[in-house]
Amino acid sequence: MTVSAKAPSPDIVVRSAALSFGGDVLFDGLNVHLPGGRCTCLLGPSGVGKSSLLRLVAGLIAPGAGGKVSAGDGGMIAGRAVWMGQSDSLMPWLSARGNVAVGARLRGDTPYSEALARADDLLARVGLKGREADRPASLSGGMRQRVALARTLFEDRPFVLMDEPFSSLDAITRFMLQEEAARLLAGRTAVLVTHDPLEALRIGHEVLIMAGRPATLGESIKPPGDPPRDPADPRVLALQGELLRHLTRAREAA
Amino acid sequence: MIALRASITFAGLIVLWQAIVTITDLPHYLLPSPMRVAATLIERSDVLWENTLITVLEIVLGLILGVACGAICSLTLMASRLARRWLMPVLLASQAIPTFAIAPLLVLWFGYGLASKIVMTVIVIFFSVASAFYDGLRRTDPAWLDLAQTMTARPARVLWFLRVPAALPSLATGIRVASVFAPIGAIIGEWVGASRGLGYLMLQSNARMQIDMLFAALLVLAVFAVALYALVDRALRRLISWDADRLPAED
Repeated sequence: MTVSAKAPSPDIVVRSAALSFGGDVLFDGLNVHLPGGRCTCLLGPSGVGKSSLLRLVAGLIAPGAGGKVSAGDGGMIAGRAVWMGQSDSLMPWLSARGNVAVGARLRGDTPYSEALARADDLLARVGLKGREADRPASLSGGMRQRVALARTLFEDRPFVLMDEPFSSLDAITRFMLQEEAARLLAGRTAVLVTHDPLEALRIGHEVLIMAGRPATLGESIKPPGDPPRDPADPRVLALQGELLRHLTRAREAA
Repeated sequence: MIALRASITFAGLIVLWQAIVTITDLPHYLLPSPMRVAATLIERSDVLWENTLITVLEIVLGLILGVACGAICSLTLMASRLARRWLMPVLLASQAIPTFAIAPLLVLWFGYGLASKIVMTVIVIFFSVASAFYDGLRRTDPAWLDLAQTMTARPARVLWFLRVPAALPSLATGIRVASVFAPIGAIIGEWVGASRGLGYLMLQSNARMQIDMLFAALLVLAVFAVALYALVDRALRRLISWDADRLPAED
């Protein structure tokens, strides 16, 4: 079922990125290397700049003078990345299928009927067969985030940037969606910003902790086994405890 | 429910009106009784109908043209920085001129017929449509715009497929306001210079002390204005059903 991007997805390299908001330095000279084809989860206290770093990678904000964001193959990230935000950002006037194919509409690069047919396939893959014509208002929160996931798959890009996409869902829905996302996005270079250590451990190949002001990134933590991991695995639980201690220290230091 | 509430209000107003007539005992050429006005409505229905058609035509055409002008204007402002810099001040200044002041000029330029009233109506309503729609176009959810940007969307398509639909509820607000003010534009136009229409009829009746006729014309106009608003509101709700879901239906 997994559709990987055709070529192996490249790394993401951020060099000496700087960002400040009104004299408040979030980070300065930040270097990050995110391995290609893997999912890296970014953990850290709120307000530390995780989301900003993600937006910077997406090209939504500039990396500052001297800063540079590039892909491991020398190309750009912007234009080859797909964004999945905290809110599903579905357009209320479009059907589920129209929302999945919205990228084709906004670019005008594929015949729309073709795009809609592909959208229907993707909706079936995220378990929404039969709901293609429904407007977002008639879908539950979990279904809406599934549509957003299908929209992410529709873009079919090597880089997937996710900013707490599951944080507003109830525990069970979140659990199921984490698994689906991990399965469907396998093979792409994914970055997931989250505040939930267990989520990071379930779907990340690597976990990075961002802390301090200006923020720095800690050593990458590589949980054993392949995602999606079983949350009942004692090794996962032990790591979760460790991450929680880390994060508590990070917040107290701030 | 709405019909019941409306008829209770209507009946209440009639009773109040009759009470004022009875208590003050004003002569009928100053304040006619409801019965007298009703009689005029029936007896002179041919004259009223004839003039109502003219005014309705002016209002409806003015509304359609005014909404079109307002929408085109806000799209232009949105699409071009140059337009924002040069057109915006002109628009704002144009609204500072009282409409009444230019009405005689419009009659001079566009004649005594339909055209001057339609232009008048367009001038009265166009700004409320333009400002509401423009406001909506600028307030597109930033999350949608971020999404569009990462999708490498084309700017013209973002405007047409994202900003415009997202601003339709605001445009609808502008159109609702416009449908309330459109009759005012047409009536002002008719007062200043016309040979037909409800406004003309009112002015003539007033001059001839036929106050019952004036009241009858006013009543017809009020009924039409309320009907127009209800019709426009209903049509907009149907057209923008995805947004109407979030509004209570009876307000």
